[in-house]
Amino acid sequence: MNEVLDEKITTQEYFINMGPQHPSTHGVLRLMLTLDGEIVRKVEPHLGYIHRSIEKMCEKDSYQQIVHLTDRMDYLSCHINNEAVCMLVENALEIEIPDRVKVIRTIIDELTRISSHQLWWGVMGMDLGAITTFLYGFRDREIITDIFEKLCGARLTMNYNIPGGLMFDLYPDFQKDVKDFIIHFRKKLPEYDRLLSDNVIFRSRTEGIGYLSKEDAIAFGVTGPAGRASGFSCDVRKKNPYAAYGKVDFNEIVYSEGDCLARYKARITEMWESMKIIEQLIDNIPEGDFQIKTKAVIKLPIGEYYERVETARGELGIFCVSDGSKNAYRFKFRSPGFSNLSALDKMARGSKIADLVAIMSTLDLVIPDIDR
Amino acid sequence: MMNYVNVIYDFTGLTGSIHTTLNENFSPITTMLLEMTIVGVVFLLVIALLGLFLVYMERKVAAFFQQRLGPMRVGPWGTAQTTADIVKLVFKEPLRTSNADKFLFELAPYFMMISAVLALGLLPFAKGLQAFDIDIGVFFITAVSSIGVIGILLAGWSSNNKYSLIAALRSGAQVISYELSVGLSVLTVVILCESLQLSEIIAGQQAGWWIFRGHLPVWIAFVIFLIAATAETNRGPFDLAEAESELTAGFHTEYSGIRFAFFFLAEFLNMFILSALGAILFFGGWMPLHIGGFESFNHIMDFIPPIFWFMGKVFFIIFLMMWFRWTFPRLRIDQLLTLEWKYLLPINLVNIVFMAFIVLMGWHL
Repeated sequence: MNEVLDEKITTQEYFINMGPQHPSTHGVLRLMLTLDGEIVRKVEPHLGYIHRSIEKMCEKDSYQQIVHLTDRMDYLSCHINNEAVCMLVENALEIEIPDRVKVIRTIIDELTRISSHQLWWGVMGMDLGAITTFLYGFRDREIITDIFEKLCGARLTMNYNIPGGLMFDLYPDFQKDVKDFIIHFRKKLPEYDRLLSDNVIFRSRTEGIGYLSKEDAIAFGVTGPAGRASGFSCDVRKKNPYAAYGKVDFNEIVYSEGDCLARYKARITEMWESMKIIEQLIDNIPEGDFQIKTKAVIKLPIGEYYERVETARGELGIFCVSDGSKNAYRFKFRSPGFSNLSALDKMARGSKIADLVAIMSTLDLVIPDIDR
Repeated sequence: MMNYVNVIYDFTGLTGSIHTTLNENFSPITTMLLEMTIVGVVFLLVIALLGLFLVYMERKVAAFFQQRLGPMRVGPWGTAQTTADIVKLVFKEPLRTSNADKFLFELAPYFMMISAVLALGLLPFAKGLQAFDIDIGVFFITAVSSIGVIGILLAGWSSNNKYSLIAALRSGAQVISYELSVGLSVLTVVILCESLQLSEIIAGQQAGWWIFRGHLPVWIAFVIFLIAATAETNRGPFDLAEAESELTAGFHTEYSGIRFAFFFLAEFLNMFILSALGAILFFGGWMPLHIGGFESFNHIMDFIPPIFWFMGKVFFIIFLMMWFRWTFPRLRIDQLLTLEWKYLLPINLVNIVFMAFIVLMGWHL
């Protein structure tokens, strides 16, 4: 009987385009899904909808100008991206940066990381259907954005770092504002747990979903909180301390579960660690210059340079080939989002459509970073 | 005193006198047509006002949960915002995808509306203020409100959109499952009342609402009813059929203009109907709150018109449903079905037996 039925009733896998316009791809990412009912059989990400040829533009512009292109890549960690280019130029020119600049850069980096994770938290809740989290995330992020606005005048594509130091000195109330924020956010972060992390539905939606083993994480080059949630210790701040990270005491957050919940917890715990770093530094900003004068036209010595930093999403690497002229011969970014996205197919196969959204959300994709 | 209050708030006399006056002046058929027209016009007004108010309420409740103000610009405190939105929706072009099944595509919104309007006619807003009081009232409401799912299935099928189709399949599985829970928790109370007629169910709660007199099984039935009603109206955390982060807008992705407004309005009306059913079954409908022994308190409660009592209870349940929606993340389809078939349904079945035992022993009296 069953065999007869099987012959008569056949099922078929079907294909669906998720994106480039879709609420949970967070930008113009296009996923070509092969589905069997609700079950995802294959995910094929397609890029190119927001390609602005930033790498090619970097070969045309001077090194000072390149800095301002990088905050258009991962717009949620723009200060960190800027810092990476600045550090590349500074290391190539062998400029010794004042301690004041290093400490301020570290504080700004960590504030950027917190604000990025706040936005991710809000959006993660929204992807899972809890729209209220989005507004809560933005409420706290607003304070950091205000601090950045006072600091450098912009709220989204911010520029504060330049090769040789910082664009301006700190504004007078900076320390007070940051301390107020830390006091505020230490009270508010447990609220995130009460609203979302401890929710039964949230737990069942994330626990054991989208498993990525440590070997796969290394193979795909998944870095940042997503990689560390799979047990891959890859924090550049620990492995290769830059700025003032060598002097501060903080933990590298590593989980071994490798599921959505682990990636979620990794980011929440990272916010606590970032606050710890800021608290250690905010009262100890050394006096001194905020900038070292560089030449108007920067020319890097002939050679190949590589610089890496830990953005909110993972390891950002910059590879630069200089032919000694005022422009780079080749400028290549290793963006964390691109490698993280490549693991999506591996993680999502066999799960439901709703799980795919949760997995994508815990990878914390920023599309302009993936597609430069 | 007591009698006087009961008389001024009793609509049986008013509706009865209208009926006799019409009968004296017109033939029976004309009378029936006139009465139907009056009821129709009144219900159109009720639907329009309910729609306007519920949308406004949802936006304000959501705003206060999310630490913002919500609509504030159109009218004082944004009260005219919904009217402005409706005007916009009416004037918007109703688009249709090129390969859509035209007939079914246009039929779907009406299914949603008809199921909502049919059930609305049975609700007793106050004593005697009920369009038709049939002896299978509860059964009729549950039967009619399940027509709505056909609208969702048709919309999903005819839109020629894969997202809509997935939503329709999800919705079919969901509504059919949760219908059982709504039905069984309603049955639990019906065992107590020994009647399916809505006016009888309310009259049975003269001595006290079932939620206070029905012991534990009524509480269990109420919680299950609340969960199942939220699921049946396709509202968060059970809004899988429109899951905007997964399926863009689910079954009404391709609808625009007034057709979309119909889906939107039907969702709110369904929420109102199920909340009203909950209020009737568990909170005594339009019965005022009486506490045994407090005579003066009970008198004061009697002075509040029954329509306020009814609306207050309904909006309390609606508020609970909005609270769920703006707090919980969405469930996954397999978790949704697990919840129903593995937890709610067995609990409900045991609960009914438990309730029947209580009624047999006469503990509820």
